[in-house]
Amino acid sequence: MAVTASRPTARKRPADAPGGRPARRRGRIQWKGYLYALPALTVLTVFLLVPLGQLVQISLFHWDGVSASTWAGFANYTEIARDPQLRAGFLHSLVLIFFFSVLPIGLALLLAAITTRASRLRGVSVFRALIFLPQVVAMVVTATAWTAIYAPDGVLNTALRAIGLDAVARPWLGDFTTALPSVGLIGTWLEIGLCLVLFIAGIGQIPGELYEAAKLDGAGAVREFLAVTLPGLRGQITVALTLTVIAALKTFDLVYVATHGGPGNATSLPAFEVYNRAFGTGQVGSACAIAVVLTVVILLITFLITKLQPEEDGT
Amino acid sequence: MTERTRGRSARRTVAAAALATGLLTAVAACSPGPGGNASAGATRTAGPVSTDVAKAGKVTLTEWDQNTDPGTDASTEALNKAFMAKYPNVTIKRVSRSFSDLKTTLKLALSSSNPPDVVQANQGYPDMGAFVKAGLLQPVDSYAKVYGWDTAFPSQLLDLNRFSTDGKTWKSGSLFGVSQTGEIVGIYYDKAKLKSLGLAAPTTLAGFETALAKAKSSGLQPISYGDADKSPGIHIFGVVQAATAGKAEVRKLVFDEGGAKWTDPGSLKAATTLRGWADKGYLGSGFNGESKDQAVADFAAGKSLFLVDGTWQAAVLEPKMKTNVGFTALSPAAGQPPLTQGGEGLAWAMTSKSEHPDVAAAYIDFLVNSNGMKVLADHGNLPALPQADYRPAAGTVDADILAQWKAVSEKDGLLPYLDYTTPTFYDTLTAAVQELTAGQLTPQAFGAQLQSDYARFQQGS
Repeated sequence: MAVTASRPTARKRPADAPGGRPARRRGRIQWKGYLYALPALTVLTVFLLVPLGQLVQISLFHWDGVSASTWAGFANYTEIARDPQLRAGFLHSLVLIFFFSVLPIGLALLLAAITTRASRLRGVSVFRALIFLPQVVAMVVTATAWTAIYAPDGVLNTALRAIGLDAVARPWLGDFTTALPSVGLIGTWLEIGLCLVLFIAGIGQIPGELYEAAKLDGAGAVREFLAVTLPGLRGQITVALTLTVIAALKTFDLVYVATHGGPGNATSLPAFEVYNRAFGTGQVGSACAIAVVLTVVILLITFLITKLQPEEDGT
Repeated sequence: MTERTRGRSARRTVAAAALATGLLTAVAACSPGPGGNASAGATRTAGPVSTDVAKAGKVTLTEWDQNTDPGTDASTEALNKAFMAKYPNVTIKRVSRSFSDLKTTLKLALSSSNPPDVVQANQGYPDMGAFVKAGLLQPVDSYAKVYGWDTAFPSQLLDLNRFSTDGKTWKSGSLFGVSQTGEIVGIYYDKAKLKSLGLAAPTTLAGFETALAKAKSSGLQPISYGDADKSPGIHIFGVVQAATAGKAEVRKLVFDEGGAKWTDPGSLKAATTLRGWADKGYLGSGFNGESKDQAVADFAAGKSLFLVDGTWQAAVLEPKMKTNVGFTALSPAAGQPPLTQGGEGLAWAMTSKSEHPDVAAAYIDFLVNSNGMKVLADHGNLPALPQADYRPAAGTVDADILAQWKAVSEKDGLLPYLDYTTPTFYDTLTAAVQELTAGQLTPQAFGAQLQSDYARFQQGS
């Protein structure tokens, strides 16, 4: 009980609730409430929970998708740990988290901090719409366009050769060392707009007095950013982290269109393997096991990220 | 209050435990797919066979095909229309998807309760084998006799569509379909460029390598090659391997007839040769990042001497290059018949659940009989059984292709596509070829990688 009392939420409650009603209410299950939630709950069960249960179920079998299945126990899971190609896929995902989350959030913070220095920007909404554009474009279109940019005779290499950097020009998506970072940079391009829009909106909510106070205290740009902007954006950073990390982990279409997991298996990812095994090579059980692991990893990471969320937002 | 809370939490624990046990039991009790002891395999083999479609009453026949390219699309449309005109009681519902879309959706469609009647099934263990194992396709042996497919087709073409009814042995047992088109992988060459180098069209691997070296030394790109899509790697490796390993070894490997390994000298030499071409720049630079379509376009635009690809590219090259493009297949040594990857188009097969097997069979026969083959050829496709009166104009690539197809298919020179080897071999081989040509794998390690996939498959079956 002492533990519960020390929580800020618990302390707040008596003040929030006028009169003695809550005590009575808490003891009774509000069936009517569940009734209202029933439609949503039904949809959730039929379209989400049941398939999820089936996913877990199939992951425990060896199944080619059409003929009878055989019980596998956890063999499909142990295979994930043993198969170096699958392990590499999960490692590639971690690399992508850097390009999809860390890099865009860092860059967006920098850009957002710079824009706060400008007292009033003309046409901010146009600017915002533009940087948000990559989020609106379908991923397949994005991937196709970037494939053309990265092609051996594509825009990027042509530009490099034009300025005399022939030695740097290479088939970006076909080179074993550059393929994964190249795919990652597409992700950076995709996510930076989302982060920037979030941060600019967040900075708008930070009281102007804080900036004034910082200025009066003689804080420079860096100091102001660290003391005012960054703490003020904690909530937005959490949201951005959650969204971009999930985007990184579930990346499929980008790789499917741009590289097919190649060259070799240099850009193979868990989500791509799920598709490939389920629909290509007839290893449905194994595909489901990877999907389960991927789901658990995503849940775990997002749970850890929510721990960063300022507690006031939690109530 | 504490009393109540404890009671509730205890109840909750019990409920959760019950739910968990229930779920686990459910998971263990029912398994995905058809029941474990459901007798997979063919059930509707016996029974009288009728060829009288007109008497079948009003029938809607659903067919799924992969004929999305202009040539085969047009011929399929024409044949469907003709069939419906001949038998007004039959309506054909056509569903056409690209090869990869068909591959990914056909499984789901076949295992549904209301599958299409006629489907194009890809040969090999991953597709046809899996369907047969699950009892989704029905054997067509009795129809083959009635319609004479068993005598019209050369046995090496029929065998590719045969499976034991448990789906475990390929190339023997029941016939599960027949194919309409023929296809081989070979070498397209630019006639004018070849002439300017003073060379004739190569017929052996040695001759081909001489031409490659000469082109390179005179500053001409030897081969247009783009492997970003991963599939071209199989073809170029297969063409080399056919020459270095010979037909007996390749067939043993792919058909899993035992006694051959991917690390054997023939395959090793093929890997070494291909790696050599990559190192010498014969394949160009940046090929792993270049698309297949770009490579074909480059060759058509006269940027290179050769293109290693299948007969299906003729329809793309011919309009652009006219009579300047030729096609050849390689022999292991001078004087021997050519030997190359190829076979037949996807098999037209009948589903077990089709309610009109007689109509379905009559439809398949309509596609592959002499008139069907003629319509195919009229629309610029290579028919599996070219009719005697099919003679493309001399000097065209179609004439080259027909001559090579006859030489290969009639002299037992057809080798199976390498990705038939195991269900996962397409992925393994395409990735390994990219690694080999990029210098990430030595030819020895390349062979070992293929062999490990192969060994896993052999243990499992």
